[in-house]
Amino acid sequence: MKETIRNLLAKHGNLPVAVETVADGADLYDAGLSSFASVQVMLALEEEFDIEFPEHLLNRKSFSSVDAIDAALTEILKDQAA
Amino acid sequence: MTVATKIAALSQTERAKRAAKVAAEFADRVDSEARFPREGMDALKAERLMGIMIRPELGGEGATLTEVADICAILGQACAATAMTYAMHQIQIASLSGYAAGSAWHEAFLKKVCDEQLLIGSATSEAGIGGNLRNSLCAIEVEGGTARLTKDATVISYGADSDAIMVTSRRHADAAHSDQVATIFLKDQYTLEQTSVWDTLGMRGTCSDGYIFKGEAPEEQILPRPFAEIAAQSMLAVSHLLWGSLWYGIAADAVARAQSFVKTAARKSPGQVPPGALRLAEASSLLQLVKANVVAGLKQFEACKGDGDALNAMSFSVAMNNVKIGTSQTILTIINHCMLICGIAGYKNGTPYSLGRHLRDAHSAQLMISNDRILGNTSTMLLVNKQDTSLLG
Repeated sequence: MKETIRNLLAKHGNLPVAVETVADGADLYDAGLSSFASVQVMLALEEEFDIEFPEHLLNRKSFSSVDAIDAALTEILKDQAA
Repeated sequence: MTVATKIAALSQTERAKRAAKVAAEFADRVDSEARFPREGMDALKAERLMGIMIRPELGGEGATLTEVADICAILGQACAATAMTYAMHQIQIASLSGYAAGSAWHEAFLKKVCDEQLLIGSATSEAGIGGNLRNSLCAIEVEGGTARLTKDATVISYGADSDAIMVTSRRHADAAHSDQVATIFLKDQYTLEQTSVWDTLGMRGTCSDGYIFKGEAPEEQILPRPFAEIAAQSMLAVSHLLWGSLWYGIAADAVARAQSFVKTAARKSPGQVPPGALRLAEASSLLQLVKANVVAGLKQFEACKGDGDALNAMSFSVAMNNVKIGTSQTILTIINHCMLICGIAGYKNGTPYSLGRHLRDAHSAQLMISNDRILGNTSTMLLVNKQDTSLLG
């Protein structure tokens, strides 16, 4: 899943640095992710996984790193399966 | 009992009203001369209102944002420049109190703000970046425990009259534009070389001149938390709420003037409803909308206070943005209504019904963080955010 996240970040994240240089746990906002780009990535993830981000995950923290996005997605997919 | 404790025994509202009385007396002169609202600000210092939001252990009164907003509304009715200077200072205080806890230098500084009633300015705008406070070009350099910073600041409100300035910059020379820190520089730690003059339509007394800022200070004066967090969780919401409060104040005074115009007309011709009366009723309804908007925003902010997740939520940002858009647009409609009611007496300067200053000051509201930028930001969030349709939620 992290691979897909990274691909979508590369496509929609508009980061000033290459996504490969950002570690899984590194802060994406510090790496230059804008709030506009984070929403674009969120939309792309919703499309890719056919999901909707619930209200409690619509915050900066859910998008602060590759790990955080991964955790948010895992939670959504688990809830969906249940 | 010291003077300070004697003053603090009075209610904050009473003290704010006394300061507002002084500010009102000089409002027209501050506006026409485009000068710092010294009398109003000195009165606020004399009433010991500069550090009230700081916690009591550090010499403050632990006032809530709602209490400070009330003061901004009181001042807004008297002198918008005094109100805006006070509001901007409190935005810095809110950032420092909430996001520098545990930092010895900053806590000592907050104590100094209370003791000496210091005025804190801020330098966020920068040439080449414009008004986007979440971006910096300049970078702070730290070497051997000393931090050095040069910033081409297009606007530093009341910069020349500040006792300290909070300056944003990139964290280091290789950091991304959005990887920012904020640093407090004391007056004797920086120089300001003026690059532009604040000669504007309204809000003339905020003296938001442009400067080349050059500062040098011990590294410990850099705020420990990232500026991204401070901006997202505190600065933007606090700005919208305090500005909204003082804008409400400007509109409320305009409506008071219009009402007194209508009353005078009614007294002159008993038995007849004056022509402006219907418009006054409309203005009063709009003013209530503005008030309700600000109060609901304050309520939401207080409910989220200290809860990082709630303050980071998209729905919270949308709500705060809506407070800003709604208040900044509606006050113009209200004051315009008041102008129609008062007619030439409102259009003319120097009458009890003059509204020129109100209208000019109010025009700044949609530009201070451009409404177009805010609407753009909200529209992005609405692509994913779910609307809360409940009445009370």
